[in-house]
Amino acid sequence: MAIPANVETTFLLGRLNWDAIPREPIVLATFAVVAVGGIALLAALTRYRLWGYLWHEWFTSVDHKKIGIMYMVLGLIMFVRGFADAIMMRLQQAMAFNGSEGYLNAHHYDQIFTAHGVIMIFFVAMPFVTGLMNYIVPLQIGARDVSFPFLNNFSFWMTVGGAVIVMASLFVGEFAQTGWLAFPPLSGLSYSPWVGVDYYIWGLQVAGVGTTLSGINLLVTILKMRAPGMTMMRMPVFTWTSFCTNILIVASFPVLTATLVLLTLDRYVGTNFFTNDLGGNSMMYINLIWIWGHPEVYILILPLFGVFSEVTSTFSGKKLFGYTSMVYATVCITILSYVVWLHHFFTMGSGASVNSFFGITTMIISIPTGAKIFNWLFTMYQGRLRFELPLMWTIAFMLTFVVGGMTGVLLAVPPADFVLHNSLFLVAHFHNVIIGGVLFGIFAAINFWWPKAFGYKLDVFWGKVSFWFWVIGFWVAFMPLYILGLMGVTRRMRVFDDPGLQIWFVIAGFGAVLIACGIAAMFIQFGVSIWRRERNRDLTGDPWDGRTLEWATSSPPAAYNFAFTPVVRGLDAWAEIKAHGAARPDAPSLPIHMPRNTGAGVILAALSTVCGMALVWYIWWLAALSFVALVAAAIAHTFNYDRDYHIPADEVQRTEETRSRLLAQGA
Amino acid sequence: MSMTTQDFWQTEPHHHEEGASTNIGFWVYLMSDCLMFAVLFATFGVLHGNYAAGPGPKDLFDLELVAVNTAMLLLSSITYGFAMLAMAQDNRAGTLRWLGITLVFGLCFLGIELYEFRHMIHEGAGPQRSAFLSAFFTLVGTHGLHVTFGSIWLVTLMVQVSKHGLIAANRRRLMCLSLFWHFLDVIWIGVFTLVYLLGMI
Repeated sequence: MAIPANVETTFLLGRLNWDAIPREPIVLATFAVVAVGGIALLAALTRYRLWGYLWHEWFTSVDHKKIGIMYMVLGLIMFVRGFADAIMMRLQQAMAFNGSEGYLNAHHYDQIFTAHGVIMIFFVAMPFVTGLMNYIVPLQIGARDVSFPFLNNFSFWMTVGGAVIVMASLFVGEFAQTGWLAFPPLSGLSYSPWVGVDYYIWGLQVAGVGTTLSGINLLVTILKMRAPGMTMMRMPVFTWTSFCTNILIVASFPVLTATLVLLTLDRYVGTNFFTNDLGGNSMMYINLIWIWGHPEVYILILPLFGVFSEVTSTFSGKKLFGYTSMVYATVCITILSYVVWLHHFFTMGSGASVNSFFGITTMIISIPTGAKIFNWLFTMYQGRLRFELPLMWTIAFMLTFVVGGMTGVLLAVPPADFVLHNSLFLVAHFHNVIIGGVLFGIFAAINFWWPKAFGYKLDVFWGKVSFWFWVIGFWVAFMPLYILGLMGVTRRMRVFDDPGLQIWFVIAGFGAVLIACGIAAMFIQFGVSIWRRERNRDLTGDPWDGRTLEWATSSPPAAYNFAFTPVVRGLDAWAEIKAHGAARPDAPSLPIHMPRNTGAGVILAALSTVCGMALVWYIWWLAALSFVALVAAAIAHTFNYDRDYHIPADEVQRTEETRSRLLAQGA
Repeated sequence: MSMTTQDFWQTEPHHHEEGASTNIGFWVYLMSDCLMFAVLFATFGVLHGNYAAGPGPKDLFDLELVAVNTAMLLLSSITYGFAMLAMAQDNRAGTLRWLGITLVFGLCFLGIELYEFRHMIHEGAGPQRSAFLSAFFTLVGTHGLHVTFGSIWLVTLMVQVSKHGLIAANRRRLMCLSLFWHFLDVIWIGVFTLVYLLGMI
């Protein structure tokens, strides 16, 4: 469908009219599938009377564990969407040779590569990482919840709101055709006149509020809620990397927000920040967005470095090699991530001195990162290795990520970058580090902590099937892109002239099919594990002989996490408690003070989402109305002073006695 | 129960002080907000000379008006300080009175700012005229927007204090708004210096 040149706006519906509904067969078929699936899901929820359960136990929950799980579910759902985009691109590029236009028109294809990037970063990787931190960090520091439990729930629903806005663009209107960072002037009103970029802006702004607030929340949680005795240098490495990640979130997402505000003003008010005339400067956008964008890649990878550290030391049966150097390496990476942004556009022409500075700072980052790799290797050295799935993913990560890291150092050399800039070599590089680092890390984490969250281990057979399809599929899918990039093929191309390139795209497409099998096997793994959960049941709460405090409590943990606050006397607090044979105290008979569930987060996020959609479509009355309602609802929420309750003493006692019984059974 | 159990578990009930994290949490939020302003300052720094053959600072700014405006905001910070002193003395009426005076100064500031904006737009120097003016209106306007939300918050807190008194939750909230209000003062000092004073040199 072509972009309507001059869309008439009406008072009631703004730019929205029947022409906004895409009529392409692919989109219509997708819509039919989603609609049928969605109606079936809603019907099933109604049929089995699950709405009340979902609302009271999950949607309004302020329990960091439930919110963490909801983040992971959001990430998984969006991952399916993002991967569908990927496989469509692979098919198009494998087909569009020898005069063939492929099966996607330019307008559709450009939306797909934009949506793929936006969804994978903002709505897959970010929810996965935030979900993991949410679930694990309070447990690892021996806390009962995060510092601001309501804010946590609100942050989650804002992320969902952003995802809803981005998903809506598939069926109503269009998504941006600009690439995932929406560089102006292409993303300005003159070149992107319709709703695509507006969907992008409001989707990210709504989700961005959630991300920033959740960053503040977890940062303060780690600073203030640690168990007695847990000094900074006794924090588990995952908590350390989460700490640095949340510093990065708080210190970089506001930059994204402000930058997108400026783009919004250019598009809605007619200002001239990034326009081609009246003094605007589009390179300023590119600088600003990468000042957020480069810390962002470390926001994604640092928590997974923490996961790999926990996994390596647990499955090697010894403490982590070089804990202190690991912490300092993490802190170094955190700081350095702010002084490398310009390497994303050496070709801007800022001159040899500036490019050299940013090239060198970029290369320096590989030093602390390399130190980490050696620490993991030395942890495994002479360890009693158990090749369980989390360790397998960790080893696959090390082998894959090192290659991605080295191609990154190659790209950091400015003269080389002039050749490779915006080529498929770059695309292969960042998939190499994001899939090999972030995704493999997420999979290691899911396999590692699933038994903590649900009380049973994941199925090993299907886990291994998924592992091998994924790892092999990754290499088959992305090595051809390195080769194509070296041959000069640029990214985001829809059709090709040179028939000699086709074979590489076909191989890459085959790799994507292997990855699809890996994803399918993973869903089967989840299904099989849930189905046969009694077979893999863990009664101890510590199935892997873990070392940190999350393994000190039951699986799944009670709402209050720990009936007694653990006292930390060294690194690897739980390993120490086990080594001293310190018995679990008898069941307490005291009520426990907890925050109360609230629907305010859902309501505020829903109003923000409505406001975002209204702004996308220029429905001004609805935007104003929902904004006023948003402020009113927020104020009304502050009039509620009754935000906590006590879990009665007898209930705590019952829960803890059950735990004692199960422990005795498991022993 | 073995001896070691005592060493590794707190068997006494764990008291978590209510709202112990609020202050530092709000500080961290303010720092993130500060970064947002940093971006706007940097943008202004890049674009401040891009007049696109339109009016520049010397054609537009009235330093005397801005000085009065600055005085309004600084006075509002002082009176907020008096409100906090009254709060420390458990003086609900005094707190409310000083908060009310703070609100009046805040609204004066906003009124003068809106007058200045209106005047500039009438002269054809709106935010669309040049990149310089886009950056000017966005930086100053964002600060003004913050003062607006601060004022809404102030009114909300006045209602809550008069309804529930100076209870711990309300004291915490007044403390947060205090940080916010003074923070906006600091930002304004930056705006006054970088935008107005430097622009007039």
